[in-house]
Amino acid sequence: MADRVSEYLAAFDDIPGTRVYTTKRARQGYWLNQFCMSLMKAENRKRWLADERAYLQDWRMTDEQKDAVLARDYNRLLDLGGNIYFLAKLFSTDGLSFVQAVSTMTGMSEDEYKAMMMAGGRSPQGVRSIKEGN
Amino acid sequence: MARLTAGIASSHVPLLGVGIDQGKTEEDYFKPIYAGYDWTREWITQPDNKPDVVILVYNDHASAFDMNLIPTFAIGCADEFQPADEGWGPRPVPTVKNDADFAWHVAQSLILDEFDMTIINDMDVDHGLTVPLSLMFGQPAEWPAKIVPLAVNVVTYPVPSGNRCWMLGEAIARAVESYPEDLNVQVWGTGGMSHQIQGPRAGLINQEWDQRFLDDLTKDPQRLRKLPHIEYLRETGSEGIEMVMWLIMRGALGDNVRELHRHYHVPASNTAVGHVVLENC
Ligand SMILES: [Fe+2]
Repeated sequence: MADRVSEYLAAFDDIPGTRVYTTKRARQGYWLNQFCMSLMKAENRKRWLADERAYLQDWRMTDEQKDAVLARDYNRLLDLGGNIYFLAKLFSTDGLSFVQAVSTMTGMSEDEYKAMMMAGGRSPQGVRSIKEGN
Repeated sequence: MARLTAGIASSHVPLLGVGIDQGKTEEDYFKPIYAGYDWTREWITQPDNKPDVVILVYNDHASAFDMNLIPTFAIGCADEFQPADEGWGPRPVPTVKNDADFAWHVAQSLILDEFDMTIINDMDVDHGLTVPLSLMFGQPAEWPAKIVPLAVNVVTYPVPSGNRCWMLGEAIARAVESYPEDLNVQVWGTGGMSHQIQGPRAGLINQEWDQRFLDDLTKDPQRLRKLPHIEYLRETGSEGIEMVMWLIMRGALGDNVRELHRHYHVPASNTAVGHVVLENC
């Protein structure tokens, strides 16, 4: 019998500019995402904002994950197992909206990104599949 | 006997909650979005249409569930649920009141029907649930219906298939029919439509695909039932997968449904807003 799980997952890697949140990423990013979750509490946000590096010492994240958090490198954080709904706690604490934070992952300025959305969003044409190039 | 009278689907974009909470509904950006809900807000106050209970299908966005627990299908059975603090304080909306007798009945019926539900009591509900309530009911002092929260994992893959969601909808219909009390019950499916909020491809919108999905809720629902996850991901963006939750609503209705109302607008924040009201014919 063909391995359904690996077939199912393999297709995800063929989507341009997209990290599907698989169980592999969920395992890799467990503490990173739990750290983000801790920022839902006002008292934690206060402690975080006062000293980010000190706050991170309490979390079992890799050095790469910690560096990417400090740099607010969201594409890197996705690669390291971060999930966007958890990362949202981080950018919300910075006072960023979804549009502002999301635009940083696209290589566009916030204004360019907003203009694209107002004009109907990014077309799926050409970004459906890496293999098919469609 | 409880009766399942209608199904409603709607996006649940957080910004649409913000717009209502901050009194921005008349601003140019928001006006055409909210205008598409005027019809429904009027329709739903008519005596025949007003639900006693809404089974509200939504997903939690790292609010009640963190990475510790990832239930595929969860049903809220407590008497009430508070709006979640998603990082900027809870939305100023009424407490969500459940019909716990009915919710427990549905939970038991679904489990006996071989849907192994997770049962939750203590849970705050986030924008996924409260934004559709605001869109459909406006800003009342109390929500005019009891709400059964039904949370679906659409975040960590594999998420449930469209077909499984459809079958859960069918089981929900059986649960409603077997409840002895005379209740008007609606099922709402929320989330979507096309959107992607992560990575370099963020901002993807596929109006053509979305419109066909809306068409086929009435014309060819069996096609929708079979769509694989990869199609949602490629065609509608990584967060477009939320539309599988619409299929729980659609599966709960009968074979033939009538579309009473449709609304579609791009954009709200990063998202294509879609909304339909369906009834059995
Ligand atoms: Fe959502």
